[in-house]
Amino acid sequence: MTTLIEADRLSRYYGSHCAVKDVSFTLAKGEVLGFLGANGAGKTTTMQMLCGNLAPSAGQIKINGFDLLDQPKAAKLNLGYLPDTPPLYKELTVQEFLLYCAQLHGIAKNSVADAIKRAQERCGLTDVAGRLIANLSKGFQQRVGIAQAILHNPEVIVLDEPTVGLDPIQIREIRALIRELGQDHGVILSTHILTEVQESCTHVQIIDQGRLIFNETIAGLNRQMDTGTLQITTRLAPDIENLLKIPGISSIENITENRIKIHHSVTANPAEQIAEYIITAGWGLQELTPVKRSMEDIFISLTKEHREL
Amino acid sequence: MILTIASREFRTLFLSPMAWTILAILQFILAFLFLTQVEAFAELQPKLATIEGAPGLTDIIVPPLFGNAGIILLLVTPLLTMRLICEERRNKTLSLLLSAPISNIDVILGKYFGILGLLLLIIALITLMPLSLLSGAELDLGKLFANILGLLLLVSAFTAIGLFMSCIAGHPTIAAMGAFGMLLLLWILDWSAGMSDQRSELFAYLSMLKHFQNVQSGLISSADIGYFLLFIITFITLSIRSLDNDRLQK
Repeated sequence: MTTLIEADRLSRYYGSHCAVKDVSFTLAKGEVLGFLGANGAGKTTTMQMLCGNLAPSAGQIKINGFDLLDQPKAAKLNLGYLPDTPPLYKELTVQEFLLYCAQLHGIAKNSVADAIKRAQERCGLTDVAGRLIANLSKGFQQRVGIAQAILHNPEVIVLDEPTVGLDPIQIREIRALIRELGQDHGVILSTHILTEVQESCTHVQIIDQGRLIFNETIAGLNRQMDTGTLQITTRLAPDIENLLKIPGISSIENITENRIKIHHSVTANPAEQIAEYIITAGWGLQELTPVKRSMEDIFISLTKEHREL
Repeated sequence: MILTIASREFRTLFLSPMAWTILAILQFILAFLFLTQVEAFAELQPKLATIEGAPGLTDIIVPPLFGNAGIILLLVTPLLTMRLICEERRNKTLSLLLSAPISNIDVILGKYFGILGLLLLIIALITLMPLSLLSGAELDLGKLFANILGLLLLVSAFTAIGLFMSCIAGHPTIAAMGAFGMLLLLWILDWSAGMSDQRSELFAYLSMLKHFQNVQSGLISSADIGYFLLFIITFITLSIRSLDNDRLQK
């Protein structure tokens, strides 16, 4: 796996206020990294530093092996960036705007038309290619912004809140597009929508008050969500004493007469034995669900933990 | 890359009524001044014919025309340059340029030459007026060339200041006001110098008007050309520095 982004101990101060402190991470090809954080946590500042719009106060950024400070042109050639406000010239048509972007990114003259056509198809802009950007809806403008970021087929794509202002269908399309792009590029997307991370990312990072407090794969995140609790509803009241004898169960909690919560160790999941036992006993199994912590819970507990430290 | 940005900037000017309006109004006013000057010459001609070494057609028509064009462009250039960087920053489109594989030097020079393109067009249109006299009279082409060169250097300097102001101002109106104020000050600096008995050499040197008039008179000296070139290079460098500063800012 090739490393596309290496961010090493980035810090950024605005005057005496510290927006980002000691953030390090890497991004490899084929990864989609979700950057989570509350408003003002330092997401946009980090993205701006990655894209050379803002110089870090300390730390080093390498994009595809090129140092962003020493070889900015080579580094930026491999970069596609959609800022939080899409950078659009409203007086141009979609076609003209993308042509300008293609020229800025130094796409060879004979492949410009192909690149524009491909980007328009990918972002669903073919029908509006001749319209002025000023007259497009917010959702379409956002898509033009994404088209601009992927136009030159960069190795690294940085998207700052790409689905803001889109309708649910468009959001689904954009998420599918991000997953598709993630297969042969490295993608970083920032968001404060937690489900978005679950749906489209392979890795998650949570940033709070300028510090990176969580850096995991989605699988790791799912493990975090597993609480080791099952919720069971039966038609007849179950015999708790007998259930406790099943190996792996640590305790049982009564919610109502017919509904119980079973706590078990995270490593061994006794759901199958419990189901068998209840059926043989004839209590009438109606529901057996693992209780999961939501992304929100993890997010809130992590940020809370971090702030208390 | 400079050319890409410059041609985009130039074409964008023509997407709004701005460039067309400026071209039309400027041409109208200058054509009026040109005609007054031609008429004045027609009246003076019999008298001039009797004087030995009297000013010719070119002397009576061209310098006033280009001089007035200079003053009008002093008003117009800040309006053209005010949006250059300022509006990109306000509309957040600057990050498109900053994250593209181009240097800040390309951005500034591209913007500069884009506006200069329009000003060249204006100068070309102004030049057409005296050239039209060629159909019925003879012109001192050397002097005409000196005037074109003078005006060209002048507007290049105007544009450089305007671009710099657009880099540092937060709002286009402020950029326009700042550029206009600075230009006017540099223009009239020589007036105050002329009033007192002890002429300030520094003020006289800094005054744009003085250098412009020197070139206009047909006296193309390296001192005057050097003044304009220094002026342009200084403000373009300052603009590049200001844009660099954006990355470090806040």
